[in-house]
Amino acid sequence: MKAAPFEYSRPADIDEACALLAADENARVIAGGQTLVAMMAMRLARPTRLIDINRIAALAYIRQENNKEGEAVAIGAITRQCVVERDALIAKSVPLLARAIPNIGHAATRARGTVGGSLANADPAAELVLSAITLDAVIEYRADGESGESPAREFYIGPMITTLPAGAVLSGVRFPIWRGKVGVGFHEVNARRSDFAFVSAAAQVELGDDGKAKRIAIGVGAATDFPLRLESAEQQLKGGALDDAKVRAALREALADIEPLEDLHASADYRRRVAVDLAARAVADARQAAQGKSHAY
Amino acid sequence: MRIKLDINGLKREVEVEPRTTLLDCLRDTLGLTGAHAGCEHGVCGACTVLFDGVAVRSCLMFAVQAQGSAITTIEGVTPGPGELSPVQDAFCETHGMQCGFCTPAMILTAHALLANNPNPTRAEIVEAISGNICRCTGYAQIVEAIALAAERMRGANRPKDAHP
Repeated sequence: MKAAPFEYSRPADIDEACALLAADENARVIAGGQTLVAMMAMRLARPTRLIDINRIAALAYIRQENNKEGEAVAIGAITRQCVVERDALIAKSVPLLARAIPNIGHAATRARGTVGGSLANADPAAELVLSAITLDAVIEYRADGESGESPAREFYIGPMITTLPAGAVLSGVRFPIWRGKVGVGFHEVNARRSDFAFVSAAAQVELGDDGKAKRIAIGVGAATDFPLRLESAEQQLKGGALDDAKVRAALREALADIEPLEDLHASADYRRRVAVDLAARAVADARQAAQGKSHAY
Repeated sequence: MRIKLDINGLKREVEVEPRTTLLDCLRDTLGLTGAHAGCEHGVCGACTVLFDGVAVRSCLMFAVQAQGSAITTIEGVTPGPGELSPVQDAFCETHGMQCGFCTPAMILTAHALLANNPNPTRAEIVEAISGNICRCTGYAQIVEAIALAAERMRGANRPKDAHP
């Protein structure tokens, strides 16, 4: 349980981090290290150099940004998960994150674990990845002195696999803000609270003044190689009153032809069945929360 | 690499390899064996220390990353030689331990909780220690100990007009 030897660098800014990364193909960026250090201890990862971005203060922020796509909350890569968990702007403008983050690990790992680290690690069961895909977040990165970005729905292509270009460092993420009567729901099933989820589900709903779904986003995580958006269900449910039977029917149909992961703990059939149930609960929670809002803000 | 640390209020300078975890640095280089090496990959919580006042797993960071930071281990929570902190006292009184392997980490986690939340509910106590595995007690007396410590610390040695 001791890591193999490596060189250690602590760059002053992200471009220096990119240069170090480009110079050594076996170098790895370390953010919170709550996955990477364990992998190194088990020698499942043996980087030749660790590039520690923890002290690049410019990468720690939570702020509102308004651009041509609309309003968004931008979060810097090394922002600690525990900071997002307690942040007032997040609670108000990206409530799904406030709901999802307490499910990540334990308080002691959220104290070190970062938003960017989890997004770059791309674990199929990661609550942050599910949230990013569900809310159409945009992943930002830096490479060769230039900035780039990718929609979360194109960023994830397999378990622990992303389209982040070689030599690039993930620098932040933008979550679009939904205004109006918005509610969220998040559920997951695991062996013990805060273990890796077998299945997780997230939903965000905006209700119109008629009580019908003006916008709806539903995502399922941990069941497949990377979290999925249930677009066909969203399309069916948009404009409707979201009554439970219709929601379940739409979810069952949307999940009918996914290929769920299968392991000792949860069979593929179990994951599919539970995904329908958790997603239905998430949609019901989101609808109820949205109804509780008396007026649009 | 040479690094400077503030360990339990004392400035220390140590020479470590980059691959040395903070846990191994505390135990092997500094002789602070109260931080326990359990699973060494972030699962059991026995290595918990306070890193700039926040409970973290010392096996999930390298000592070089702690350069310039303040670290509190179980050796640093006692008010004076031969004395116990209110949390340690409460663990003794309610018998919040059996083998003792998880105890230093439980106590530090409780200190971190009570520093921010002097009056935690039972659910908040359970949530706070959920990352610390105990295989003896069944947790009931540990939860009891933290609640007792909280109660005593709320009432301890404060001037009458002190703000809550």
